[in-house]
Amino acid sequence: MAKLKTQSLQKQGSDLAQSNRQLEILSNGIFQNGELPTFKAKISETSQFPLKAKKLEILQINVGYMCNQVCEHCHVDAGPDRKEIMTRDTMKQCLEVIKNSGAHTLDLTGGAPEMNPDFRWFVEEAAKVGIRDFIVRSNLTIIRANKKYYDLPEFFKKHNVHVVSSMPHWTRGKTDKQRGDGVFDKSIKALQELNAVGYGMPDSDLRLDLVYNPSGAFLPGDQMSMEKDFKKALMEDFNIQFHNLFAITNLPIARFLDYLIASENYEDYMYQLVDAYNPAAVANVMCTNTLSISWDGYLFDCDFNQMLELPVNSKAKHISEFNEELLEGRNIVISQHCYGCTAGAGSSCQGVVA
Amino acid sequence: MSKTYYDPADLRKFSKITEWSEELGNKFFDYYGKVFEEGALTAREKSLIALAVAHTEQCPYCIDAYTKDGLQRGVTKEEMMEAIHVGAAIKSGATLVHGVQMMNKVNKLDG
Repeated sequence: MAKLKTQSLQKQGSDLAQSNRQLEILSNGIFQNGELPTFKAKISETSQFPLKAKKLEILQINVGYMCNQVCEHCHVDAGPDRKEIMTRDTMKQCLEVIKNSGAHTLDLTGGAPEMNPDFRWFVEEAAKVGIRDFIVRSNLTIIRANKKYYDLPEFFKKHNVHVVSSMPHWTRGKTDKQRGDGVFDKSIKALQELNAVGYGMPDSDLRLDLVYNPSGAFLPGDQMSMEKDFKKALMEDFNIQFHNLFAITNLPIARFLDYLIASENYEDYMYQLVDAYNPAAVANVMCTNTLSISWDGYLFDCDFNQMLELPVNSKAKHISEFNEELLEGRNIVISQHCYGCTAGAGSSCQGVVA
Repeated sequence: MSKTYYDPADLRKFSKITEWSEELGNKFFDYYGKVFEEGALTAREKSLIALAVAHTEQCPYCIDAYTKDGLQRGVTKEEMMEAIHVGAAIKSGATLVHGVQMMNKVNKLDG
C-alpha cells in the first residue's frame, strides 16, 4: 500500500471527496457495461428488491467526522482536519428519540466520538435512559492521545458503555500500515488499560469487542477463526483479553475507494464482492434494523449511505421529524457499495450477519 | 486469441471448466472444497501448504489465489515467505539428493 496520507480527501481537494463522484464510479464501468450485475439486479434475482426496513433496533449516531487518525480504509474520510461536529442541540434531539424509540441499541461513532466537546455530556445523558446496549466505537489511540482522555476507561466503566474498538491485526506492521505509525503500540496500551478496569474479562459485564477489517484489497476471513487467532496472539504477547471479534468488510467508498483505484485493485475487488455475494446475508443486512444519524441530524439507512449523502427514502429526513412508524417499511437506498455487506458471511457494524 | 499464455482474469473463470465436462468438473470442485475444510489440519495451515505448493508448481493463478487467501486468514508476510522457503528447500533438496545417483554412477563407471 502507498504511504499513509495525513489529510482527508476533503482537505486534499480530491474528486473522491465528492459523494456524487463516488456514486458515479460505482455505477459506471463494469456495472454499466454489464460485466457485473448491479446490486439491484442481483437482489432482484432472489426477489429481495426492494430491500425494506424492518423494526428499528439500532440507532447509530455519528457525532462528528473529526478524528486523531487518518486511516487508509476510512469510509468516513475522517481526520484531524474534519470540522463536522454534532452540536449539543442536535444531541438533545437525539436524546428525545432515544427515549421514545423502541431501539434496544445505541451506537455512537465518528470520527473519534470522544473528540466531540459534548461527548461526555451526551454519554451521561444517554446512559440515564437505560438503553439495553450502549456502544461507543473507540479507536483506542484516543485514550492515549492526550491526558484529557486518559480517564476514558473509567468513564466508560462508570456508564456501563460497551466499547467496540478497531484492531486490524495482532501484529505491529499490519496495524500501523493501515492506521498510522505508532497506532499499534498505543492501541495495545489502551487495551491493557481497558482490561485493567475490568473490560473484556471473560466473566465481566463490561463488554469489549474488537473490529477487524482487512488492511488491503481482500475480504475478511472467517470471523470465528480470526477471533481465535486474535485472542491467542493478544493473550500470549500482551496478556490482553476481549470478548468478541467483529470481522467487517471494507466498503468501496471514500478513502478505501481511493486506495482501490490508485492501486489498480478496484475491478478485482468488485469482482470479489460480487463473486462472494450471499443472498442469505441480504435478509439480515444492518440497514434493515438500523438508522444512522449524521452530525447535523439527518437520517440515513446506514453510516455508508450517510457518507455517500444518500438520505432515507422517507418523509422523515431529519431527527426533528423522526417518526418510527413512518420510517419502518421504507425502501432502503442501495448502490453497488452494498455488495460489501452481502459478501460471504455478510458484514455489519456488529460483524457477520449470515 | 490472447497474446499471453496467462491472463489474471482467467482465474475468475476457473469454475467454467465444468461446462465441458460437468460430472468430472463437479467431482473435482467437490473434492477441492472438501480438502480445504478444517480437519486434522486447520484451514489456515492448509492455506500455507497450498501457497508453498503453488510456488513449487509455479502456478501464477494459485499464487494469486493463495496469497489472497492467506491475507484473508490473517497470515503474515513472514509466514508466507517461510512457507515458500519450505517449498524451495524441498525443491532444491529433491534436486540435490539426485546428486547421490550421479555419484553412484561416477563411482561405478570411473571409480
